[in-house]
Amino acid sequence: MTRSELQQKYPFIWKRFTPAQTLTRYVVYAIIVFIAVWSVSNLDIPWFYFLDAHVQAGDLLTRMIPPYWPFFVNIVDPLIETLHIATLGTVFTVVLTFPVAIMSARNTTLNRFTWFIGRFILVTSRSVNTVVWGLLFVAIFGPGPVAGIFSVAARSIGFVGKLIAEAIEEIDHGTVEAIEATGANKLQILLIGVLPQVMPVILGTIIYRWDINIRESTVLGFVGAGGIGIVLYSSINLFSWDEVAVILISIFGVVLVSEYLSIKVRSRIT
Amino acid sequence: MSYPDTWKPPSFFRSPYVRYGVMSAVIGYFVFSWLTLEADWNRALQGIPRAVDIFQRMFPPDFSRWSLLMRGVLESVQMAFAASFFGMIFAIPVGLCAANNLVPKPVYFVGRAFLGISRTFHEIIVAIFFVKIFGFGPLAGVLTLIVASFSFIGKMLAEDIENMKPGKLEAIKATGASFPKLLNYAIQPHILPRYIGVSIYRLDANIRHSTVVGIVGAGGIGQTLAASFSRYDYGFSLAILITIVSLVFIGEFFSKWIRGYLR
Repeated sequence: MTRSELQQKYPFIWKRFTPAQTLTRYVVYAIIVFIAVWSVSNLDIPWFYFLDAHVQAGDLLTRMIPPYWPFFVNIVDPLIETLHIATLGTVFTVVLTFPVAIMSARNTTLNRFTWFIGRFILVTSRSVNTVVWGLLFVAIFGPGPVAGIFSVAARSIGFVGKLIAEAIEEIDHGTVEAIEATGANKLQILLIGVLPQVMPVILGTIIYRWDINIRESTVLGFVGAGGIGIVLYSSINLFSWDEVAVILISIFGVVLVSEYLSIKVRSRIT
Repeated sequence: MSYPDTWKPPSFFRSPYVRYGVMSAVIGYFVFSWLTLEADWNRALQGIPRAVDIFQRMFPPDFSRWSLLMRGVLESVQMAFAASFFGMIFAIPVGLCAANNLVPKPVYFVGRAFLGISRTFHEIIVAIFFVKIFGFGPLAGVLTLIVASFSFIGKMLAEDIENMKPGKLEAIKATGASFPKLLNYAIQPHILPRYIGVSIYRLDANIRHSTVVGIVGAGGIGQTLAASFSRYDYGFSLAILITIVSLVFIGEFFSKWIRGYLR
């Protein structure tokens, strides 16, 4: 049979979507494009900046290459401080996040009111960026790594707490009932029934967050909260781009190593 | 016959030596970092009365300049929309290039390296470079968020394609399909649900991030916020923070609703 004969014999052509579905899809696409166009056109973007962008970028590159390596001795201490901010911030997070996570999980919270408070803390902590927390804590504690540690902790509570609370809500309830049946009190149920079940999630989340926190603490110095960001900011303000290149390469190395460590440890745990 | 009368929960490490070794190493590192931290604790202790003072000046939040506030918020939201849209588009080629089972090795390495580099640097560092190249204003912010979006979505796409069962690819290849047809009939149906889900999540993340790129002059509500902090105008700062939190809350609610609806 030729193609046209086939078409005559079996006129029905299979289509993945009904016409109504196709229409809805195109309407959705149109809405998305419309929102994008509206956003871009309302931002009054100076398009002529694109004309000399390649010149500017080239200029930046020629100033950054070659990197000024003798500067590296000046950034060893700030780099270590950055790691300290991330680590101690994560330690504080661990201490503070447990009560909040237990409050925010529906099966371990005391009542609706504590659940609401827990959720509120999680949402507030998560919606404010680390650097914005940095602005606040620098105003309180003055410039330096202490403000950095607190801002890292303030942002991480929401992240770690949310994931732990979700893990607690998904535990196997049989274990908890078994422990309850032995006449254990609430604390014992929590420690023996709940905690061992969520331990891998807790450890994995904390190590993951530590790795994110290293990335975040590289920029805390921009608002004065310590670490390598302070040096980076001053080098940028002095237009010494060859020093900036050294700093960026070092940050890249540190972040790469910490991400590798974090992935290795997490794959061992879970 | 005697039964054990004590019970110990099973431990995570099998050997007690490894267990205590790892524990003491971790705690040792914490103590080391605590001791070598160059912190001015006297200054930090003064912070407690200062915190009380700042909170007193924050309340009540000052919404009197709401038109300025609304303009900043609108700019942030528009930046997030524009960045998500272009990020979604650019993520597709980048994600395809970084998938091990789809492209030749050299392309794969270039794709992975590109994703790695663009994900390492914090948004604010990227924003500084765009501010240098494109000048102050929302354009630099949008470009920063585009970089953050396509590297995030691209990485997820690459992982999703790599986790595909080889059967699907082979079946389409066996029909003699060209590479574009392979993309359209094997890859596209597989990645579409995840792609949409991740993109909507990214829109919500972009709303959060668009509030911060302003600190280095890249537009949005962050610029207003940083200015209010440096002018000690804490009432207005709190008003901005409340607006950001509720904006993120609404964004998260919508993103959850849409993702639930699509599932």
